[in-house]
Amino acid sequence: MRVELLFWAGCPSHPAALSDLRAVLAETGLDPDAVIVREVRTEGDAQAEGFVGSPTIRIDGRDVQPPAGEPVGLTCRVYRRRDGRYSPTPDPADVRDAVRAAAKAAHATHEGSYA
Amino acid sequence: MTAVGERAPSFSLPDTSGNTHALDGAGPTVVCFTCNHCPYALAWHERIIAVARDYAPREVRVLAINPNDAERYPRDSLEAMRARVRDGEFGGVPYLRDESQAVARAYDAKTTPDVFVVDSGGIVRYRGAPDQDHDDPAQNAAWLRAALDAVLAGNSPDRAETPPVGCTIKWRQ
Repeated sequence: MRVELLFWAGCPSHPAALSDLRAVLAETGLDPDAVIVREVRTEGDAQAEGFVGSPTIRIDGRDVQPPAGEPVGLTCRVYRRRDGRYSPTPDPADVRDAVRAAAKAAHATHEGSYA
Repeated sequence: MTAVGERAPSFSLPDTSGNTHALDGAGPTVVCFTCNHCPYALAWHERIIAVARDYAPREVRVLAINPNDAERYPRDSLEAMRARVRDGEFGGVPYLRDESQAVARAYDAKTTPDVFVVDSGGIVRYRGAPDQDHDDPAQNAAWLRAALDAVLAGNSPDRAETPPVGCTIKWRQ
């Protein structure tokens, strides 16, 4: 499983997001240090990455909260918690669900390879 | 740069309807630099509006100012500001446009939000975050409320300055 956290240094939210992500990985039995942390430095990088804001977390290339038409660029990303609150970081429950879904898919693929 | 204990820079800015608002010394004023696109500003927004509602009977005025470069951040355009006001998100708090960014520069505003409490004599008595945690609504803008309570009692706030937390102001390039 490839777990990535993309961030822009102009937004202060990525340390909290990384901490939340590592906690979710640990409680799911995965290596919390396996997160690939990448900085998005320029507008060009943002365009190339399809980066809609910091932080962005992708599990096997899939955004944990797929963006709904947000423009690409260097900005802080606005998330909605499950209770409706605005937040600079994704709801840990959404991250947990994304990690578990990816782990399940990876497991199914692995099982299938022996079928 | 504006520091606690110094005179607040005067300003006159238009709101989303074109009406002008100034720092007039009629009573304590909360000057809150904020915006539409920043999750920190949005997370704290309802707490700021609640302060405006709760302290209005005590002649406290809250002015929200958006200084961001809307060319680079279209979600901070005047039209987007108007839409939020139309949707009732500001509850009567004037949402002012600092198009030239001169007011934000005069206050040395750093982030959205960045909150200043100015007493009726025009002196800055508090500057910083509304409270200690954008992620905890129960904080209820406690630092801002404590500063207002002190100013209304004729005292200096115990906590006069805290680090502003949020998205950097988007300056024109």
